[in-house]
Amino acid sequence: MLQWLPENVSTFGQGVDNLFYAIYYITLVVFILVMGTLIVFLFKYRHQEGQRAHYIEGSTTLEIVWTAATTVIVFGLAMFSYPQWNNIKSPTEFPDNPDVVVQVSGKQFNWDMIYPGPDNELGTDDDLTLENELHVPVNAVVHIRLTATDVIHSFFVPQLRLKQDALPGRSINVWFEATKAGRYEIPCAELCGFGHSGMLGYLNVHTQADYDAWLQERWPQ
Amino acid sequence: MHDNEHTSHHHEESFISKYIFSLDHKTIGKQFLIYGLIMFFVGGGLALLFRWQLAYPERPLPIIGASQQYMDEGEVATGADRMWERIYESEKEEWLEVNMPNGVIEPAFYNMLFTMHATIMVFFVIVPILVGTFGNFLIPLMIGTRDMAFPILNMLSFWLAVLAAIVMAIGFFVPGGHAAAGWTGYAPLSSDPQWTGVDWGQNLWAISLLIQGFSSLVGSINYITTVINMRAPGMTFFRLPLVIWSLFIVAILLLLAFPVLTSALALLIFDRLAGTTFFSATAEGGGDPLLWQHLFWFFGHPEVYILILPGMGIASELIAVFSRKPIFGYRSMVYAMIAIAFLGWIVWGHHMFQSGMRPGLGSVFMTTTMLIAVPSAIKTFNWLGTMFRGSIRFTTPMLHGIAFVSMFVIGGLSGIYMANTPVDIFIHDTYYIVAHIHYVVFGGSLFAIFGGIVFWFPKMYGRYMNDTLSKIHFWLTFIAFNCTFFPMHILGVGGHMRRISNPMQYEFLQGFEGMNIFITMSAFTLGFAQLILVFNFFWSMYRGKVAEQNPWQVNTLEWEAPTPVPHGNFGQIPTVYRGPYEYSVPGEEEDWVPQAQPEHAPATSGD
Repeated sequence: MLQWLPENVSTFGQGVDNLFYAIYYITLVVFILVMGTLIVFLFKYRHQEGQRAHYIEGSTTLEIVWTAATTVIVFGLAMFSYPQWNNIKSPTEFPDNPDVVVQVSGKQFNWDMIYPGPDNELGTDDDLTLENELHVPVNAVVHIRLTATDVIHSFFVPQLRLKQDALPGRSINVWFEATKAGRYEIPCAELCGFGHSGMLGYLNVHTQADYDAWLQERWPQ
Repeated sequence: MHDNEHTSHHHEESFISKYIFSLDHKTIGKQFLIYGLIMFFVGGGLALLFRWQLAYPERPLPIIGASQQYMDEGEVATGADRMWERIYESEKEEWLEVNMPNGVIEPAFYNMLFTMHATIMVFFVIVPILVGTFGNFLIPLMIGTRDMAFPILNMLSFWLAVLAAIVMAIGFFVPGGHAAAGWTGYAPLSSDPQWTGVDWGQNLWAISLLIQGFSSLVGSINYITTVINMRAPGMTFFRLPLVIWSLFIVAILLLLAFPVLTSALALLIFDRLAGTTFFSATAEGGGDPLLWQHLFWFFGHPEVYILILPGMGIASELIAVFSRKPIFGYRSMVYAMIAIAFLGWIVWGHHMFQSGMRPGLGSVFMTTTMLIAVPSAIKTFNWLGTMFRGSIRFTTPMLHGIAFVSMFVIGGLSGIYMANTPVDIFIHDTYYIVAHIHYVVFGGSLFAIFGGIVFWFPKMYGRYMNDTLSKIHFWLTFIAFNCTFFPMHILGVGGHMRRISNPMQYEFLQGFEGMNIFITMSAFTLGFAQLILVFNFFWSMYRGKVAEQNPWQVNTLEWEAPTPVPHGNFGQIPTVYRGPYEYSVPGEEEDWVPQAQPEHAPATSGD
């Protein structure tokens, strides 16, 4: 089933996929065991003439065994997940010194990508706003200040394994590092009105040379 | 109706007081059942409309949609074309023209369809049937009393639910259309009409749910009081059937959870009508969109367990009865339900991992959510344990019980993916969650409901449901259900967002067209299979084989009452001598010992 996952192109995506695979195989094994047992029981203990069910009220040992086993498995999973989660979402754990900082603002039904320009400060004259087109270099740490102007949107790049809701009145920090040049879709993943379907931006991941050329074209000097 | 008044005979009851404004818990239970079934068809119909759009985006609906010829050249070819021609010629804006010109579903209408599908299914189908029908019908009968503690409140609970349904129905026809902000009604999309263009639709949605909240409140007080105070002599808490335990726990959840939604809805109405800004982050306000999500899910997660716990209760009854064995680990089943109900209060944040809530909280909520796997696993293993070395009868109710367990296993396991915060980053708001919720609430709760209906039908109406039709209904539903919802897991793994009206607008979803068509075909099969249930239900009510008093040889008290159950239920209130699952007791001649059967042989141990 997991071959349906879109190609991963972010540094942290592999960690997400590994957890995905781990849970997939754990749940698959549990599923096969439980369903197999169920099917065997249904066949073996079907009603047959002259046979009576055995009077069994339960087993404390078994209850303790399966309670403990389940607890260990789920806590184990949680243990492996905390660092991944913090790495992706906790601003204190983000890689410092981003190569690119962009403000992304959701509005019905477009993504505004606001570049701070050469002075590296948002809200100044040399800011550049692009509609639905985000340009970043490959293998570079990108920080996004994510916000929205009207309703809640959600910034989703399937290939980056990245999703974050954009809230009006808040700026949320998001980071990623893309590992492969290309053009990827940025759908909105949170219902935002009648134009929700088709609210679509693009993430253009350039090679460093292409990115420099793009910068030169935008801010010539 | 008035013609019938003189035909009713005993208790000096008129037709109206017997069938309409009835105080009898059994009649109210049946009223909730009919109510739920009607709403089930409304909610299901809405789903079929949007499934069409997902499989064939921007193509006219079959039968009522215009032909391609008419779309392209305006050439009238079919009866539907003539209808559309008439609609366009008429001066006033027709409802159909606004929402689906030529039979093509507009994006705004699409949003309304899935919003109302979920709203109706959650608030007007599953809860009324599980809690309203089974709660009302079973609690007094199974604990051995004559009626609910507060019959008038009970009647009020039903008629408030009817009022809520009427208010909700009006919403479809107001200008601007019905609510279209999702069943979760995330603010500020829901709290400010300018973002959706929906005006009174959203207001009526909120008002209707507010009324439904009062209905649940009144009902839950009644259930709790009845279970605590009116149990038959000898019916201790640990002799209660598990279905009563589940309904009792659910009543407590309803009592505590629904008022939170009611408050949130009141704030929403203030935001929309009085200009407050509880849920908008405007410069002059001080509100926050996340406040709505916290309030909604603080109600919403216990609500999810309200939807599944009675299903677990019903399935436990069915599995024990038809395995002819005691429930494996009765007490641990009870404690597991209490644990689920308790944990249900501290997991609401798992709906909000990607919402912008502080990431550290995500880790906390992941931990509590993962914990729920423990009591869920206990229950599943205990159901298997109940079948172990049993003598399983594959009656239709048992098939539904087995289906419940298998579907709940899938729904439970898929929940682990969602609970895992890093994986949730990817699958949040995709079809993965759609698959998950349907495996729990359709695969779980609805199979339990179907099983429960077939199982208790003889006690409700004194007749069996037709078994051939029931079996056809079961198998069609089981297969079509899995064909509809299992592929949604794959859509989710592919990143297919939920709530989009046209997946073909996205490059990375192009490969899923065939799967979406397959899902839609299966959904239509699933929808039409339900007509068999309804036909069977009403046909059997009048023509079904007459049932004896205890056709399935069950121990619990409802089967001690005569069939059909008279007003007041029991001639003499039964006394309870043992637990509800004494099946295949060694030394007994029969493989069942009713709860009300006095101890006879000194050989059997005296509890």
